[in-house]
Amino acid sequence: MSRLSNTTVLLGKELRTEFRSRELLTTSAVFILVVLIMFSFAINPTAEESRAFGPGLLWLAILFAASLMLQPCFLREQTNDTLSSLRLAVSDPFAIFLAKLIANTCFLLLTELLMLPLFAVFYNIPVLPQFPLLLLILFLGSLGVSTAGTALSAISAQARMRELLLPLLLLPILTPILVVSAIVTVKLLDRDPVVEWKGIGFLAVFDVVFLTALWLFGEYLLEE
Amino acid sequence: MPPTALRFDQIDKRYGGLYALRKVSLEITAGECVALAGRNGSGKTTLLRIASRLVRPSAGTLWFPDAAAPSAVRPGYVAHSTMVYDELTAEENLVLFARLQNVDQPTARAEALLHELSLFDRRHSLVRTFSRGMRQRIAIARALLHRPSILLLDEPATGLDPFGFAWLSRTVCELSASGCTIVMSLHGESEISALATRAVRLDAGKIVADTKSGESLHSILTFGGD
Repeated sequence: MSRLSNTTVLLGKELRTEFRSRELLTTSAVFILVVLIMFSFAINPTAEESRAFGPGLLWLAILFAASLMLQPCFLREQTNDTLSSLRLAVSDPFAIFLAKLIANTCFLLLTELLMLPLFAVFYNIPVLPQFPLLLLILFLGSLGVSTAGTALSAISAQARMRELLLPLLLLPILTPILVVSAIVTVKLLDRDPVVEWKGIGFLAVFDVVFLTALWLFGEYLLEE
Repeated sequence: MPPTALRFDQIDKRYGGLYALRKVSLEITAGECVALAGRNGSGKTTLLRIASRLVRPSAGTLWFPDAAAPSAVRPGYVAHSTMVYDELTAEENLVLFARLQNVDQPTARAEALLHELSLFDRRHSLVRTFSRGMRQRIAIARALLHRPSILLLDEPATGLDPFGFAWLSRTVCELSASGCTIVMSLHGESEISALATRAVRLDAGKIVADTKSGESLHSILTFGGD
């Protein structure tokens, strides 16, 4: 019960500080937008090429935007040592992670939803017919990226070369989820759409595994 | 004899090969007001952070009376940093931490503390717009929100103006009189150090002096002033 109430209070704080500064949302939205436009003009793909490569580019843009978004997640807690005050105040440290990863997932999902119409226009891929399933894939993929990324952000925030460390740790760990997300999205947005349930199941399992690991070992990641 | 509030038993803390604390044993009884003295780097902050359970000792044990549920003892801790959010207002900060600690009527408690600190009129201002002294007052208020039975103060007078300093002295005095155990690190003598009932001097991570008598207490706090 206290974990739930602590998570709710901390999530409120995360959302309030972000919507006040709009630092993370603006950075990641602009980044995804630039990548999508740049590739669209550089490759100038045909309709078939768009369907084959577009989703991969979208996930690549999401990955880099996420690494930008996740970097300050724990770093901003170090400015006034607020992570210590949170650790002193909460009875369950997992609540700190839970609030951050829910907030990160929401921010990432919001950015993706804002970018999706532009993706559809620039790559000429209709997304509306498959929207519910596409939303599920985006949610599971974003949750996986946020869960692993939040954990790694906590680790890298205490390291010396923190700006370099997070992308270095993040990219190899997120490779499986990105490959699967891209494949599932390609098949879903194909002219003859196929729902890859095995791939969607893999994304769900990845999320559960990382959430469990975070729940079991998260406390140690916050120690000085 | 009052019960033990906090006991350090053969505590070591190493950072790599460097010892911040070495075999520190210290028993603090309930209601004591202990002043920690010592040069910079002598281990005062490390000792306080171990007492707050933010830092795990490399060896030795930290003992609280309710050993079965150590999380039940939640010391109030004022550190060098303010430990509050610059991008939240004074009231939002205090209500946030009050809610996290399940304080009854968090908003009322936050407002009462803001009144005491003469910051009520600025309660809706972002903390980043505050002066260093005002931030320090908010930092102390955060530590007092849940009415802790143990209060750990790491150079609490940093940045305080005469009003803030007088408020802090009065608060420490009242808390001490109400039976709150206080451990504070200080530099030299002041109105606040005069409230101490015991002085402990650290040097290179070891306790080199520990006294409760008035004369020695004075000499420990002033000796080799930093």
